[in-house]
Amino acid sequence: MKLLQGMALSLTLGGRKILDRVDISLQSGEMLGLIGPNGAGKSSLLRLIAGLRAANAGSLQLGDGPFPTIPPAQRARRIAWLAQQGEVHWPLSVETLIELGRVPHLAPWEQPAEKDREAIERVIEETDLQALRYRPFNSLSGGEQARVLLARALATEPEILLADEPVAALDLAHQLDVMSLLSRYCSEGRGVIVVLHDLSLAAHFCHRLQLLHYGKTLAVGSAESVLSPEHLLTAYRVRPMKTATGDPFAIAWQRIGGSDSTR
Amino acid sequence: MNNRGIGQSRLLGLLAAGLCLLLLLSILVGSQAIPLYQALSESLSDTRGVYAFILTEVRLPRTLIALFAGATLGLCGAVMQSLLRNPLASPGLIGSASGAVLGAVIALYFGFVGLWPGALPLSGIIGSLGATLLAYLLAGRNGGTLTLILAGVAINAFALALVSLLLNLAPSPYAVQEIALWMLGSLANTSLGDLWIMLPGTLLGWLLLLRLGQSLDLLTLGEETSQTMGVDLRRLRWRVFLALALAVGSAVSVTGSIGFIGLVVPHLLRPLVGYRPSRLLAASALGGAILLLAADIAVRLLSTQTEIKVGVLTSLIGAPFFLYLIVQSRRLPT
Repeated sequence: MKLLQGMALSLTLGGRKILDRVDISLQSGEMLGLIGPNGAGKSSLLRLIAGLRAANAGSLQLGDGPFPTIPPAQRARRIAWLAQQGEVHWPLSVETLIELGRVPHLAPWEQPAEKDREAIERVIEETDLQALRYRPFNSLSGGEQARVLLARALATEPEILLADEPVAALDLAHQLDVMSLLSRYCSEGRGVIVVLHDLSLAAHFCHRLQLLHYGKTLAVGSAESVLSPEHLLTAYRVRPMKTATGDPFAIAWQRIGGSDSTR
Repeated sequence: MNNRGIGQSRLLGLLAAGLCLLLLLSILVGSQAIPLYQALSESLSDTRGVYAFILTEVRLPRTLIALFAGATLGLCGAVMQSLLRNPLASPGLIGSASGAVLGAVIALYFGFVGLWPGALPLSGIIGSLGATLLAYLLAGRNGGTLTLILAGVAINAFALALVSLLLNLAPSPYAVQEIALWMLGSLANTSLGDLWIMLPGTLLGWLLLLRLGQSLDLLTLGEETSQTMGVDLRRLRWRVFLALALAVGSAVSVTGSIGFIGLVVPHLLRPLVGYRPSRLLAASALGGAILLLAADIAVRLLSTQTEIKVGVLTSLIGAPFFLYLIVQSRRLPT
């Protein structure tokens, strides 16, 4: 089942072509990794799918309906977007912030019901935030804050989770934790699109990679095919070096302790 | 550390109880003590004496106008701070208050007030709508928060410059005094007629602000994230602008400018509601009414030769408190 299908998406901002006829698709249960150098259009593509910008050309299908015909309120339940730089303006408690993730499911006056409470509890447990649930957001460390914002997005229980560099500010262990959380989220009927700069994490956790370069898709498919030396040279101007294992994208450490482990 | 705040219903209950007490006090306190029972029975019978007159023509309008104006200032302060995600925003930021002052001063200057007393608040409301519309057209539709704040500052400065110009050109010292005293902000000498003029805009404004709680909560996560969660930012903005133009404009047009209530009340109550914008709204409305009623009662109790204007008192207390907030926020990790 296809969750999302974008065809020939183009986006021009201030006369500059940000995206140029990019195709993108997401299958149920799939984690798609968007990679590419800075300014390649990864975040813009994600924003397009999040509904923050409209494409200048191309078509976008969500499930079996054209994207523009789906009302924003319904989109808010089906797609969650995790910003690159999350902001929280008041020192809300962790629990309250996660609860905000349920608002798209509520009517304007409605308070969270039983099923909302269950979803919130489930997410708090999955993200291992029990000990922090009453703490104000601004008292948390950077890694904890990132986990809370991810929990907020997970609490919406969207079909499609869009995560823009969710591991950028995290230490090694927390990077692995967040990636395995995302990959566990990709169950039947759900999918994740994640923007990554770390190619090892991308190769390791994503089912499929899409390499963007100057607003175009340079390669899409399995990690082996996308991360070829030729593609890396074109996109990043780098050449993989010989490593002891022979696999330049091996992750050289394993998560110990906590509830998470790598795939 | 935990910041769940105290229970929402308990907080609102306490505030409502305090408000009722102050409403009663506001009816009873004044230069002339009135026996409530006698005044009430007089009011209901055909032979209306002096007590009935004081109750229905003096104390009741003054009390009710304090209630509505105070609640408006508290509520709109909370909305503005939540919309801009800035604890130093005030309800007058987008021009509603200074526009109302300008409108009212125009009515005083050109003597419309002499023709019909209602001209003053009405002209104030028109001024408020005009200034707010200007702010909206300049920065409210697509502009960022900073653009909005800057546009507001410019419009406020311009409106007050026009007020100064009118004061400057005023034909007589008497006219200058009339305008200046009105601007200080007072609930004295208000009538039931003022209340009727103020009420429609106030209630319409409040109505527009209903149901905004969730959107303001989501805005905590930033404008873009809130949009992906279903917030229609444009709709939210024009609703808030229109609501503040109507409600704040109506209040200021009747009372003159009463500073710091809209700034201070949301600030004081925010920790008690766990910093959650949606929970701050009702609490701030009650808190604003409480603070304005209390200040107005205090003004009546302070026995000075000339009654101190309530706007002067709120600023006298509010400004040092504002400084205290700034010092505090410098200490807090943000």
